[in-house]
Amino acid sequence: MAASVLFFIFAGFAIASAISMVYHKNPLYSAISLIGVFLSLSSIYLLLAAPFIAIVQVLIYAGAIMVLVVFVIMLLNLDEDRPINRLRHLYAAGGGLGIVLLLQTLFIFYAVIRTPNHQVEADKTVGNTLSIGQAMFTEYLLPVEIVGVLLLMAIIGGVVLSRRLDQPEIELVVNKELERRKEEEAKKEPRIAF
Amino acid sequence: MESALKAAFPFIVYLVAILLAFQGVLMIVAYTVLAERKVLGWIQGRIGPNRVGPWGLLQPFADLLKFILKEDIVPDKSTKFVYFLAPLVALTAALMPIVVYPFGPRIADPLGWLVPYVAGSGAFGDAIVWIAEQARNMPLTIARIDVGVLYVLGVTSVGVYGIALAGWSSNSKYSLMGGLRSSAQMISYELAMGASVIGVVMLSGTLDLNGIIAAQINSPFRWFIIPQILGFIVFLISAFAETNRVPFDLPEAETELVAGFHTEYSALKFALFFMAEYVNMFTVSVMCTVLFLGGWYVPGLGHILEPGSIAYAVVSHFAFIAKVCSFLFLYIWVRGTLPRFRFDQLMNFGWKFLLPLALANVILTTIAVYFLYR
Repeated sequence: MAASVLFFIFAGFAIASAISMVYHKNPLYSAISLIGVFLSLSSIYLLLAAPFIAIVQVLIYAGAIMVLVVFVIMLLNLDEDRPINRLRHLYAAGGGLGIVLLLQTLFIFYAVIRTPNHQVEADKTVGNTLSIGQAMFTEYLLPVEIVGVLLLMAIIGGVVLSRRLDQPEIELVVNKELERRKEEEAKKEPRIAF
Repeated sequence: MESALKAAFPFIVYLVAILLAFQGVLMIVAYTVLAERKVLGWIQGRIGPNRVGPWGLLQPFADLLKFILKEDIVPDKSTKFVYFLAPLVALTAALMPIVVYPFGPRIADPLGWLVPYVAGSGAFGDAIVWIAEQARNMPLTIARIDVGVLYVLGVTSVGVYGIALAGWSSNSKYSLMGGLRSSAQMISYELAMGASVIGVVMLSGTLDLNGIIAAQINSPFRWFIIPQILGFIVFLISAFAETNRVPFDLPEAETELVAGFHTEYSALKFALFFMAEYVNMFTVSVMCTVLFLGGWYVPGLGHILEPGSIAYAVVSHFAFIAKVCSFLFLYIWVRGTLPRFRFDQLMNFGWKFLLPLALANVILTTIAVYFLYR
């Protein structure tokens, strides 16, 4: 019972944050709303007896990926979105598609309620770190290694794409400065020390 | 009525435990501020504050009053919502790890001595007997989360937002630069910190903080600092960078950036950032103690006092506090001694030295664990 109440609270917060993310014109508010979505999703994972996934969601998504997004927004100094011309004839299409989506969602609810036996027992040994680790390194070892190679490719690609091609060598600049200072020193009158 | 109270009993216990822990941490943090000023003073050849109360012991309360009564200045062009949100995020993320700290060992029968006095004396006596029965084998941790280490690391990485958002929303060049530098530094050193913990987790086989202490009790080394000295050094240095303390405090150095990300914050909001920094220090000191110094475990205490008794728990708890305070003293000592890194030196050090060192520690620990425990 308490789990249902908590689920509705967290799900409500997730939906509210998602709507807020789409609604705001200021991109930073959208980013903060997305962080709120991730935190509420993490709480829902906890309710589903998956503590590892919940914590990793906070650690990776909210703690690393969204920090990157927030950095990009801050460094690029993105302005608020200002719609210039409103394409009014597309409002009807958007509304129609939204109604279609709503009908599909209601149909899913109906199908779920009509299905017998929709109480799922949470298997207590599946979500914890030990079982995930064991599965990762025995049954799913190949996918884990492939994902590792993919991440390595992404890192190398990022480093290669963001290197600077036209920056003068720093040593040359430093050497030039040193030579200039030596010439200045040589031109100066020698000081008389008392 | 009685069954409702019995059902609500765990929540009442949680509430009381959280209040106690919160109060304890805030007291420690307040007196860490005073200790910093006095110890820095002694290092620098002067005495710190000693006017307010004997030895300056009431100084934290004077500081709190000052912060509350100061004028609250809000920059005009700042983004108001984010400006008000940032210190709250910083402080909340700093305070959340309190629930997983192992403050002491389990007490076998904390209220058993009370039972002979109240047994059979009506409803109140029965309630006491029932509570004493529930309190058997009482752990001194608020929440025994299976993934305790990851929880602490995750919540401290959410704390980066407080600083980044504060820097940006103040609409000031110093704040923005300080905020960006500070968050870049924090996320860089989070990697080395997480990687240095892997060795400890491998040796103990669990991510639960109580489990790590139990593994240290059972291991021949007693404290993991001995086999994991490399991990300990990496963790300690990353911890200094995570909490923006000297020698890594360029983002908030006065001569460089006025005051970094909290330049435009005054009065109570600044007090929240200040407190968040010290609570972060406390968090990291507790993590150092639990992961590398055995937490509340004092080798040999089990022979003097009986494990599970209240006396053992109290002495172990004081040992835990003493270890944490020694790390806080180390923080203050280093602040008074070392100069600060330049920002590019700082980033080079984190990425090119500490992270490879932490990974080397992981590899060495893996090899050692494989050959010793197969």
